Amino acid sequence: MSTAAESVPPKGGFSFDLCRRNEMLVQKGLKQPSFLKTGTTIVGLIFQDGVILGADTRATEGPIVADKNCEKIHYMAPNIYCCGAGTAADTEAVTDMVSSQLKLHRYHTGRESRVVTALTLLKSHLFSYQGYVSAALVLGGVDVTGPHLHTIYPHGSTDTLPFATMGSGSLAAMAVFESKYREGLTRDEGVKLVAEAICSGIFNDLGSGSNVDICVITKGKKEYLRNYMLPNPRTYVSEKGYSFAKKTEVLLTKITPLRELVEVVEGGDAMEE
Amino acid sequence: MNVADSAPAMNNLLASNADSQRTLYPYVTGTSVVGIKYKDGILLAADMGGSYGSTLRYKTVERLKSVGKHSIIGASGEISDFQEIMRYLDELILYDNMWDDGNSLGPKEVHNYLTRVMYNRRNKFNPLWNSLVLGGVKNGQKHLGTVNMIGVHYEDNHVATGFGNHLARPILRDEWHENLTFEEGVKLLEKCMRVLLYRDRSAVNKLQIARITEDGVAVFPPYSLKTFWNFNAFQNPTVGAEGSW
Repeated sequence: MSTAAESVPPKGGFSFDLCRRNEMLVQKGLKQPSFLKTGTTIVGLIFQDGVILGADTRATEGPIVADKNCEKIHYMAPNIYCCGAGTAADTEAVTDMVSSQLKLHRYHTGRESRVVTALTLLKSHLFSYQGYVSAALVLGGVDVTGPHLHTIYPHGSTDTLPFATMGSGSLAAMAVFESKYREGLTRDEGVKLVAEAICSGIFNDLGSGSNVDICVITKGKKEYLRNYMLPNPRTYVSEKGYSFAKKTEVLLTKITPLRELVEVVEGGDAMEE
Repeated sequence: MNVADSAPAMNNLLASNADSQRTLYPYVTGTSVVGIKYKDGILLAADMGGSYGSTLRYKTVERLKSVGKHSIIGASGEISDFQEIMRYLDELILYDNMWDDGNSLGPKEVHNYLTRVMYNRRNKFNPLWNSLVLGGVKNGQKHLGTVNMIGVHYEDNHVATGFGNHLARPILRDEWHENLTFEEGVKLLEKCMRVLLYRDRSAVNKLQIARITEDGVAVFPPYSLKTFWNFNAFQNPTVGAEGSW
């Protein structure tokens, strides 16, 4: 590196310095770490007084379950929550970013955030990245204009729906919704239907599993029911713990000191030359 | 399943003589078949659509047929290959009848025959591009199984092909139980077919149900399902969010 480059202050933006080295490593056969995906079932549904969001809690890295109990329902505003499917880092980052933007907007306007604001911020961000930010979201909330439920796809398109599902378990959950949804559901009926849809995803889709999280948002109130249902308990736990039968006898215990490799130079510092 | 080429003629020009002798992609396809065991036997349901790529070209394709006295078969995938399979099965049943030995091929035997045929064709890289559901009753024993184009076969209390696996199986796992009556069974199948109609783009609203019991086969006349499109949220959906749909 020339000395001229060091004296120039960094201008910000993405630094491409390591790209060539990464490419070289890949060519030499390095396996790059894969993405942590939330192969997922997320659902949302509009009921009488508001919105209910549901999600499973399994995060996968390829065929391995990386996190058995992760949180997929993200906070956006006191009256708006967002479920995320796709690459975990992308959903976390994009929801955190828009959540901060919404807070600043609340300070600026002095009003409660609206769901369409979050929707527009998310969709314009995702569209500008042309689908590379792999986040599929179910956004729901209640604001002054009423309850709203939207789905947002990684390329930036949105749908406004009375009930929605996303993620790898979306077909299993949608099968439940399409056969059982009706208008004017009460809170308890709605929560039961959402839990049923998530369970359908958990048990019929390999990318979803573990527990059910639910979030109920109504006018002026929200209930975040973390681990509302735990349909996959660990059934066989030994109370005694593990004890291995003592079949081995200790014949001899011998301690052999390792040979010292350090040569002690007598008189004077070894470093003095 | 591959989407059929929009210009099938071109493929013949591009493929060599050897290649054009084997199935490379399906052209006219049928969508899911769903089957369940019930108290007296087996019930199968399939719609009557034959798609040519993304066009719904044929709307009266019978995808459920009886095989001998003891079985019924439902097929999804390439329709011409299904017709070929029916020729093989008709020949099989004919030869069995000609023995005139008082025995007749039961559903287990027909299922096994189909599995061998499908698997051997796949090994020669010339598959019959179908997923089949085979059900029947013989001597009080109910049998319901499926075979697909690569030779994967299994039996269960409820089976489905194609999209049916993703949309209908979860419902069946939840709501199927031993000793369904005929009416309950049909209602359950209709529930599955309705979800498929809403969510599978190649489904048509014209379905057939076939039933087989110890007494024989009945393939019922086609009918359509009632659908509901009047949710409040579907009228003016984007009144709150301009620019989305």
